Amino acid sequence: MKRLFTATWLWLDDRVGISVLLKPMKHIAPQDAKWWYVFGTATMIAFIMQVVSGVALAFSFIPSSSQAYETLVFITNNAPFGRFLRGLHYYGASAMVLMIGAHMAQTFLFGCYKFPREMTWSTGVLLLGFTLAMGFTGQLLRWDQTAAWSVVVAAEQAGRVPLIGDWLARFILGGNTIGGATLSRFFAIHVFVIPAIMFAFIGLHVWLVLRHGISEPPTAGKMVNPETYRKEYEELLKKSGRPFWPDLAWRDAIFGTGLILTIVLFALFIGPPALDKPPDPSVLDADPRPDWYLLWYFALLALIPAKIEGYLMILMPVLIGITLLIIPVLNNKGERAASRRPWAIAVVLLSVIMIGSLWVAGQQSPWSPNFQALPLTEKVIGATSGPVFEGAQLFHDKACLSCHLIRGHGGRRGPDLTYVGDKLTRDNIIIRIVNGGDNMPAFGSSLKPREIDALVAFLQSRKRPIRPQDQAPIAQK
Amino acid sequence: MNENITDHSLAQVEAPEEISRRRFLEKLSIALGSFCAVVVGLPLIGFVIAPLFRKVPEQWVTLGKVGDFQIGKTVSVTVLDPSPLPWAGITAKSAVWLRRESETSFIAFSANCTHLGCPVRWMEGAELFLCPCHGGVYYKDGNVAAGPPPRPLFRYDVRIKNGEVKINSVVVPISTTL
Repeated sequence: MKRLFTATWLWLDDRVGISVLLKPMKHIAPQDAKWWYVFGTATMIAFIMQVVSGVALAFSFIPSSSQAYETLVFITNNAPFGRFLRGLHYYGASAMVLMIGAHMAQTFLFGCYKFPREMTWSTGVLLLGFTLAMGFTGQLLRWDQTAAWSVVVAAEQAGRVPLIGDWLARFILGGNTIGGATLSRFFAIHVFVIPAIMFAFIGLHVWLVLRHGISEPPTAGKMVNPETYRKEYEELLKKSGRPFWPDLAWRDAIFGTGLILTIVLFALFIGPPALDKPPDPSVLDADPRPDWYLLWYFALLALIPAKIEGYLMILMPVLIGITLLIIPVLNNKGERAASRRPWAIAVVLLSVIMIGSLWVAGQQSPWSPNFQALPLTEKVIGATSGPVFEGAQLFHDKACLSCHLIRGHGGRRGPDLTYVGDKLTRDNIIIRIVNGGDNMPAFGSSLKPREIDALVAFLQSRKRPIRPQDQAPIAQK
Repeated sequence: MNENITDHSLAQVEAPEEISRRRFLEKLSIALGSFCAVVVGLPLIGFVIAPLFRKVPEQWVTLGKVGDFQIGKTVSVTVLDPSPLPWAGITAKSAVWLRRESETSFIAFSANCTHLGCPVRWMEGAELFLCPCHGGVYYKDGNVAAGPPPRPLFRYDVRIKNGEVKINSVVVPISTTL
């Protein structure tokens, strides 16, 4: 029996050339390429996971503006393993974004983008862009209310591009507005166009890795000299190189298995993101937010000054992309070790801190009104009738509470007014209410004098409680 | 280096007319390939970008009878795409904010914030439109009150005909600021 198997394998291998195809797996790589080098393979594993789970989901997903939502409800609630598959696809996407970020940070800090691997880096940058585009288009295929409004946001943003903005916006919407043509376009882009480009670029990226070899971990003080680097690298491989498979690949296998298990556990125990309401654009009670990997950009759009926003919105992503692409052109030789390139560490740290801070800001969205703010309780108001009580009710009814906090209740868009009575005089409060102020609307035309009086009475009553020790000297007097 | 040597030696053993024939065949193959790409590619591109050029007929869409709307009130009115694709489903619906100013005057606002298109909500008590995304605020007349919106809410053309309030549906509220 064993002989039969061997003979069959040898025949197949001879006719198909399987061993030849797999030969690159055994390419010689520096033996010191250890755990820091697992992120690239992990990104590819996450990509394969996305392809597999995406193909499975496509068996039941109908990319029609009228039916997609129902098929998603079916996949989530009725189809066997449907909820798990959706979770797999969602957390797979998250893992891919995280892994490509880690891979990029590692290759940058190790100076792997320097000679002769400039194009390996640049193709990787393009793959980062495609991955984020997949993340965004994928969120839109979750064709619920948030997805539908996110398409509008994307179109409006594209509409700001000079000269071709209107054309781009219509291309995104598939016409003048959201409709039947919108979803199928994103489906084609998400499922065919970008993945096809990604397959091509992943092939090119891997080919470049094989062509120039896996870069050796940097040694402080050892410079990259384009005239001698290739010879030195060859000597290094001759001296201490190891075949990637299996001598080095086992780490990728272990890390990849851990990654897949993590994705599976998240999909099983946390599950996919809940579906929002159906994608009915006539329902205006919506609060669209991007998925976590683009939440930082959502925050940025709220925080950049309005005057330069139009330019930053378009130019910043373009500038970031161009800068990343040309990094190796600007600096492709010299020191590789991060310990001798403090600016490289600073760039990575600043990027992480900036994206992390914006992400936290995006999570909290303090600039957004709190539409769910409930009327203040009598305990918070400190009165059950009279001008203070009436003012508190107006404070809610006039949506002041949607933007201001009173003892932890309300919104965070404007200043916390819990102790405003200690800070502003009656006149100042009236001026603010009537004329508005920095980032606050003027209410002069929408409030009656009696209502202003009640509001002022309420706001003046917002004072710090007097502590017993503060009262004592007064009592003695 | 080896490849160059091989090419060079091949060129040496071939007669000049064979080289010319080879060049001709190269050019012929490339020309045929390009021709096929254009023949197949142009209709393909045309198909993909066709929706951009779909003419939307100028159509006045009825929002309701004049008497349905109270003076001084702002309400959302559902509007149906006058020429939806058959599979548009609920996405053929959209909404406008309609404000009745007087007996004969109406303002119809786009529900899209001019900052990035999120749906603005009308706060009846405050007489403000608030945007949930980045905190844009508009007064009842659509002018910007606070936040990042670069311009007032888009206003549709409104007319009253045969006792009905109508808006011109052909206009598209995509805002550009540059």
